[in-house]
Amino acid sequence: MEKFDVIIVGAGLAGLAAAYTLAGEGLEVLVLERGDYPGAKNVTGGRLYLNPVREFFPELWKKAPLERFISHEGVTIMSRERSLTINYEGDELRQEPYQSYSILRAKFDRWLAKQAERKGAMLVDKTRVDDLIKEDGRVSGVVAGGDELYADVVIACDGVLSLVAEKAGLRQPGKPEDFAVGFKEVIELDKTVINERFGLEGDEGLARMFMGEVTRGKFGGGFLYTNKDSISLGLVVGIKDLMQGQPAVQAPLLLDEFKQRPEIAVLIKGGETVEYSAHAIPEGGYKALSKLFGDGILVAGDAAGFSMNIGVTVRGMEYALASGYYAAQAVIAAKKAEDFSVRGLAVYQELLNQSFVMEDFKNFQEAPYALDNPRIFQHYPEMLGNMMRDIYAVPAGPKNRLYPTIKQYLGLGELWSMLGDVRKVMKI
Amino acid sequence: MVNVGGCEEGDENMSEILGLKAKLGLDVFKADKEAHIKIKSGMEKDARLKRAVLVCPAGLYSENAEGTVEFTIDGCLECGTCRLACGTEVLEWNYPGGGSGVQFRFG
Repeated sequence: MEKFDVIIVGAGLAGLAAAYTLAGEGLEVLVLERGDYPGAKNVTGGRLYLNPVREFFPELWKKAPLERFISHEGVTIMSRERSLTINYEGDELRQEPYQSYSILRAKFDRWLAKQAERKGAMLVDKTRVDDLIKEDGRVSGVVAGGDELYADVVIACDGVLSLVAEKAGLRQPGKPEDFAVGFKEVIELDKTVINERFGLEGDEGLARMFMGEVTRGKFGGGFLYTNKDSISLGLVVGIKDLMQGQPAVQAPLLLDEFKQRPEIAVLIKGGETVEYSAHAIPEGGYKALSKLFGDGILVAGDAAGFSMNIGVTVRGMEYALASGYYAAQAVIAAKKAEDFSVRGLAVYQELLNQSFVMEDFKNFQEAPYALDNPRIFQHYPEMLGNMMRDIYAVPAGPKNRLYPTIKQYLGLGELWSMLGDVRKVMKI
Repeated sequence: MVNVGGCEEGDENMSEILGLKAKLGLDVFKADKEAHIKIKSGMEKDARLKRAVLVCPAGLYSENAEGTVEFTIDGCLECGTCRLACGTEVLEWNYPGGGSGVQFRFG
């Protein structure tokens, strides 16, 4: 009978962070990955913020295959025929240690897996976990590729749907209102073209969010990140809004429309799409988190629901790395106490509660409600676009004064509705 | 306009689907022994299936003239969106077997 200290399901960021940490402490760790290699099934927008997780893995970052550090931030508010873009540059974004990097997961996860293997973790790819082995109600292993594999603890890091956590009875199949779908193209462009087109030097990178017409007013938005020699361009749309129609539009068509916008077409001109990818994303926040532990099992990363959209930032990878790290710490503590039951593994919840992970999820628990507001994605972008049009317009005759130009959009009814929306958004 | 597979939808939708096929053709796929997602038998006309036509980023679900939703597994990006939108009462949903399905080179 094959027995390990820990079996980790899924070689994504949570699973690899756990494997790296556990193997570093000398535990026998097996990571099972269904893809041809770690990262083969993993998708990000994407950008990784390093500050929250830097000190968990101090020796890791110097050689990490990240793309560009983000020195240019921006947001574009899109209405049907016009858009308003705000760019932000700050000296702090150009100073080391850099706050965030663009990232491509197939490359990064493969590298991270190598680091975990170097610490002594065992990685088996091309292997899907089909079931859990339970003895007296506690999880004692997995069935994978026809083999029974045993461990003191199984860590479910199998991503957003987490069929493993479902089989353990720790979560139910997800509801559409708690998830979004992200889909993107990786568009190759010469490095010098990217730098000239976006006004970047060397390894500087740009991140830009898009909201409004880009999702036809549905919950979500667009994103553009510059990688070393490619651009990641895509959309994130709430599944509930997408499936309800109003207007009914097929998801892939939204991305086509996005690419055809003149503001975007000019940025990707001459580029060659080399991959199209998609992934569901947890967006239900605190209330939608799964149970985090059971007898002989822990849940980390997207599998637990650790991903969060607060409008200005959409983050998941830091929570995956951190929850994987804390899952490993919990296993180490449980091993010392020789107790892998619910009681012994409860330390995972305590560690998370004391960390930025649960602090963030509690602090931002109102965000999903505040952002579930079509006016944010439809009405305001359209109004703002029209306002800008009137401000910049110079007619044949005399030009209207600026204050009345703006004020015509802000009648009593509008101000009253705005106040309501602002009060909701103030809870974020 | 080329007519593909007896599809009788409007021009805009057709050209869109053609472009999507080319886009999916850029990805690396490895064949599985059997389809990892199936419409449960007797559920072909369930209204919840129509959600998949809108949400699937690979456009793998389509509604025919009789109002039945048809599905092809080729080009599945394994994103999980159809399972979340339609639910497990109408879809039999699993990931493809180890070492098969889409293999992202960039991700």
